[in-house]
Amino acid sequence: MKEKTAIQELIKGIWDENPVLVQLLGLCPTLAVTSSAENGLAMGLAATFVLLCSSFLVSMFRKMIPGQVRIAAYIVIIATFVTIADRFLAAFVPDISKSLGPFIPLIIVNCMILGRQEAFASKNGIGRSLLDAMGMGLGFTITLLVLSSIREILGSGTLFGMRVMWESFAEWGVMTQAPGAFITLGCLIAGANWINARRKA
Amino acid sequence: MNSTAKIIIVLTLITVISGGVLAVLDTYTKPRIEAYQNQLKKEAVSEVLPDNVKVETLEKNNLTYYKATKNNKVVAYAFQVSGGGYQSELVVMVGVTADFSEIIAAKIISQVETPGLGTKIEKDPSNKEHPTWFMDQFKGLKINPAITYVKNAKPSKDTEVQAITGATISSAAIVDILNKQIKAAKAIIGE
Repeated sequence: MKEKTAIQELIKGIWDENPVLVQLLGLCPTLAVTSSAENGLAMGLAATFVLLCSSFLVSMFRKMIPGQVRIAAYIVIIATFVTIADRFLAAFVPDISKSLGPFIPLIIVNCMILGRQEAFASKNGIGRSLLDAMGMGLGFTITLLVLSSIREILGSGTLFGMRVMWESFAEWGVMTQAPGAFITLGCLIAGANWINARRKA
Repeated sequence: MNSTAKIIIVLTLITVISGGVLAVLDTYTKPRIEAYQNQLKKEAVSEVLPDNVKVETLEKNNLTYYKATKNNKVVAYAFQVSGGGYQSELVVMVGVTADFSEIIAAKIISQVETPGLGTKIEKDPSNKEHPTWFMDQFKGLKINPAITYVKNAKPSKDTEVQAITGATISSAAIVDILNKQIKAAKAIIGE
């Protein structure tokens, strides 16, 4: 396979290798916290922060970490940054921290992040790993933002807490709950596959 | 260097550095997090007590409560009650008159109920003029013999509130928590 240019490395995570829509990784937070656009955005940004910092460190020390314990080492590095993100949110934006609840600590086991360390950062230089992490993080954040916006608009009639639907609009309560997350995500993945199939044809 | 030693050294180093970083971070964030929680509690206490009173924080039998006095006369008490809702723990700050006959006001401190249904106990976006109507029903509500709730109808008694459609369990949980724990607090505070 031909070496990717820097730009290609960055944008592959947004569409071609989108962590949620194509790789189907990190679905737990994707489904659980996307009941409002604010939560979706905060989760996306927190995961991107953890991914960027972890990829940087893993890539920097990739030759020093022995192969047998690499997963354990990655988990400790990821957990450190997750805890930093969690404490930071609790101290400076407590409302968001409250509504994301246990899902920030659960970023530790988000397979998108561990997957990028194993599949990319442990085999590539710092520059490329950062581009890769940035792209994947962006792809994850954008997908979560789209998913949570659809759910908030249909489920609560609002977007970022502001009313966007007409007065008599009856909220689809199911969209704010788990089934709504599955239905919306299914539609998004189907849509992404449909577009990709048409592009190939 | 043999590989076992290398594994031990690398993993130890990583975890020690990680622990150190987090310990330093904690000294910065902890006071902020605690200050925020204390402030929330303080705001809630002053919201459920009458205006222009002197508030004293007291503790008895593991119950922290707030005594409100006006001209050296006890006019009200506030304390925190909590219990299981539909899917989360409900924590409520409640203020009652000094004789424990009437609720002055009750305010939810924390809840993680079903978004769009149970969360209406705190804020109901479908009622635009009065999103906090559910908890506001407790203002001036009589406690004895017991608080009750009705569904799909306006309350007809001075001990009655209207439950939220689609969130009966969360509504009932609030009523139940208040009924039981106000009596329990009365037994502790009422010397």
